[in-house]
Amino acid sequence: MYYLGVVVTGVGVLFLCLGGIGLFRFPDVYNRVQAGTKCTTLGAFATIIGVGIMEPTWFWKTLIIALFILATNPISSHSLGRAAYKSGTELAEGSVVDMASEFEEYSEE
Amino acid sequence: MIIIATVTVFFMLGAALSVFFFKDLMNAVVASSLVSLTATVLFYLLQAPDVAMAEAAIGVALVTGIFVVAIRRTERYEK
Amino acid sequence: MNAITILFLSIICLGLFLSFLRMLSGPTAPDRAVAVDTMTTIIVATLVLVAFILERYIYLDVALVYSLISFVGLVALARFLEKGF
Repeated sequence: MYYLGVVVTGVGVLFLCLGGIGLFRFPDVYNRVQAGTKCTTLGAFATIIGVGIMEPTWFWKTLIIALFILATNPISSHSLGRAAYKSGTELAEGSVVDMASEFEEYSEE
Repeated sequence: MIIIATVTVFFMLGAALSVFFFKDLMNAVVASSLVSLTATVLFYLLQAPDVAMAEAAIGVALVTGIFVVAIRRTERYEK
Repeated sequence: MNAITILFLSIICLGLFLSFLRMLSGPTAPDRAVAVDTMTTIIVATLVLVAFILERYIYLDVALVYSLISFVGLVALARFLEKGF
């Protein structure tokens, strides 16, 4: 049971590091939102659940923290991306499509 | 544990210096939020979780909200 | 506090350092806000890991309160960043 927890925590820590690398290397605000949200959501989920597996009496409380992160992290990153688009941040050089500009709510600016 | 305390102290110094040098005040608000985050981690590592909770509630939510409302009422860019 | 936890904390510190560099050098304000959001999530995971290393059950409360409070602060920041100045 202990080694299973170590493996799950290791996978989570690796994904946290990958989130940091993606945040540093991507060229654009929207790419950085994607890297910084997806990788760190999975990484934090796996790390916290792994700690709960390593110490089985803590499991329910760690499950509550992990579910809370799984619920709130996409909401905050979505609102940050929407704020970046509405305040007029430019897209990167090689961007192919901008489908949000077709909606009336966004195309006023 | 000592490694994360060392890294956190350097983050705190860098964020506080960048608050001093930014011209856009929204960037300064974000950096001051980072200062309070690192202060929370340092209180936590010094085994004072109640102080860490108070620092998180005051530093991240209250100070950020009050500064953002104040900047919105006045000017964003420093001359 | 054996070798495997030192390895985990070192990998976490690498990710924290790279996102801190993005916070220092991001061109616009939403870049820095995204970097602080990422650092917040990484640090919540770190707090749970440190609570496991110190073997204190009560320290998990700090991680729960911190994730709640940072969510409220970032949504308020994004709400006021959206309107334009």
